[in-house]
Amino acid sequence: MSTTTNTSAADIETFRGSSLELKNLTMAFGDIEVLRNVSLTIAPGTTTCIIGPSGSGKSTLLRGINRLHEPKSGDVLLDGESALALKPDVLRRRIGMVFQHFNLFPDHTALENVALSLRKVKGMSRTEATERARRRLAEVGLAERADHRPRDLSGGQQQRVAIARALAMEPEVMLFDEATSALDPELVKGVLNLMAALAGRGMTMAVVTHEMGFARKVADQVVFMDEGAVIEAGRPGDLFDNPKSARLQRFLSEVL
Amino acid sequence: MDWLNTIIRTFFDFQAMGQVLPQLLAVGLKNTLIISVAATIIGVVLGMVVAVMGISPSKWLRLPARVYTDLFRGLPAILTILLIGQGFARLSQSIFGPSPYPLGIIALSLIASSYIGEIFRAGIMSVERGQLEACRALGMSYAKAMALVVVPQGIRRVLPALVNQFIAIVKDSSLVYFLGLLVGERELFRVGQDAAVLSGNLSPLVMAGVFYLVITVPLTHLVNYFDNRFRTGRRRPAAPSSGLNEVNELDAASPLITGSNT
Repeated sequence: MSTTTNTSAADIETFRGSSLELKNLTMAFGDIEVLRNVSLTIAPGTTTCIIGPSGSGKSTLLRGINRLHEPKSGDVLLDGESALALKPDVLRRRIGMVFQHFNLFPDHTALENVALSLRKVKGMSRTEATERARRRLAEVGLAERADHRPRDLSGGQQQRVAIARALAMEPEVMLFDEATSALDPELVKGVLNLMAALAGRGMTMAVVTHEMGFARKVADQVVFMDEGAVIEAGRPGDLFDNPKSARLQRFLSEVL
Repeated sequence: MDWLNTIIRTFFDFQAMGQVLPQLLAVGLKNTLIISVAATIIGVVLGMVVAVMGISPSKWLRLPARVYTDLFRGLPAILTILLIGQGFARLSQSIFGPSPYPLGIIALSLIASSYIGEIFRAGIMSVERGQLEACRALGMSYAKAMALVVVPQGIRRVLPALVNQFIAIVKDSSLVYFLGLLVGERELFRVGQDAAVLSGNLSPLVMAGVFYLVITVPLTHLVNYFDNRFRTGRRRPAAPSSGLNEVNELDAASPLITGSNT
């Protein structure tokens, strides 16, 4: 890992992503079940893209994995270990999450956004945290913007800060919740390329996305959801070229 | 022009005003500021506690906060001040001595804290939910997320409302005179009123009123200044720029972004 901008790809450290397994995961808001019996296996270091219409439970699924929303029943296994048996704060330290609206801290600079949780959660010293935050920002191409506040950054830059912030915690799994849906069309590519690079470096990723091109190119597995259930899952080639269910055929004919 | 003379003698008797001026400055202004600032500081601390309790996930913290707020916001200030000032006089005597001054400050603080608590609560609740979620997703506890990220943002948003509350406290501080203050403890209103009895006209009270305005009016304008500044944000206006700047920058940037997947 280096802060210079023309490092060759070989110098970049790789991640050791953990496996993720959902077992009959059911989630509810009050009495309304928004996710029913979802089972899914994500192998270590692979990328799973979750596609489907709005309201189909994609985001809820991600939030169940790191327990921002507590599952009603079923289980999530992180590296074979039940996530529901861990303390939520401990679990979340091992899982990074990137949000549609970035959710950067507006009164902190890009650098402080990345360094804050390093100091307050990982207990690093200020110098140590700042140094690591700088490296992470350099990796996402924002070394020069380290002292900017979020409002002085473009959406694409903000999202890259958010990714750096999550990566700095050295997660075993990364969750992306429509990370490019709120971006300028021209800036989507930069964020998607960054995500693809993470996938290439061995991060385990669950990506909720409307970017079908990204899903086809980068994903190892694509999951199509509707009405709170998995309708179809498989390799991107199979899913996009030979959709089996009528619902997915219809969805693809509308979006492609 | 008889009525004009009457008005001038009643309200603008400059001799009486001049006589009361040193006392207003040395005693009245000093005590009004001490009472108001002390009540505000205690009120802010208590108000923060009430606010954090009021948004707590636990019903057993929310309920007492609710009752407390309803109680002190719902009662007339004068009633609260008298109940506390006279009701706890004996207790206060053993702690602070014979002066009712500390009890007056405490009564004002309790009233203020119920309003300030609501101001803080509104501010904290106006912070987007995503801020708390981002903190939690990074592994912070609820308490840390609130203390480090959510509450500071909430406070910043309600600074104008807090200044307004301080103005209200300055005015309410005049009610403390009901508790019977010693000569050196009198605040602006009481000093003005005592002098008005001696001079036989209202001019000293007009002078006391001028002092209140000297404190409150600049603050009111400070609020407006804050308000404008926070509404416009700190972003400097910039000339229109091409989106290509960033796209080009991206292409030249780190190897992570220009990965092989383009």
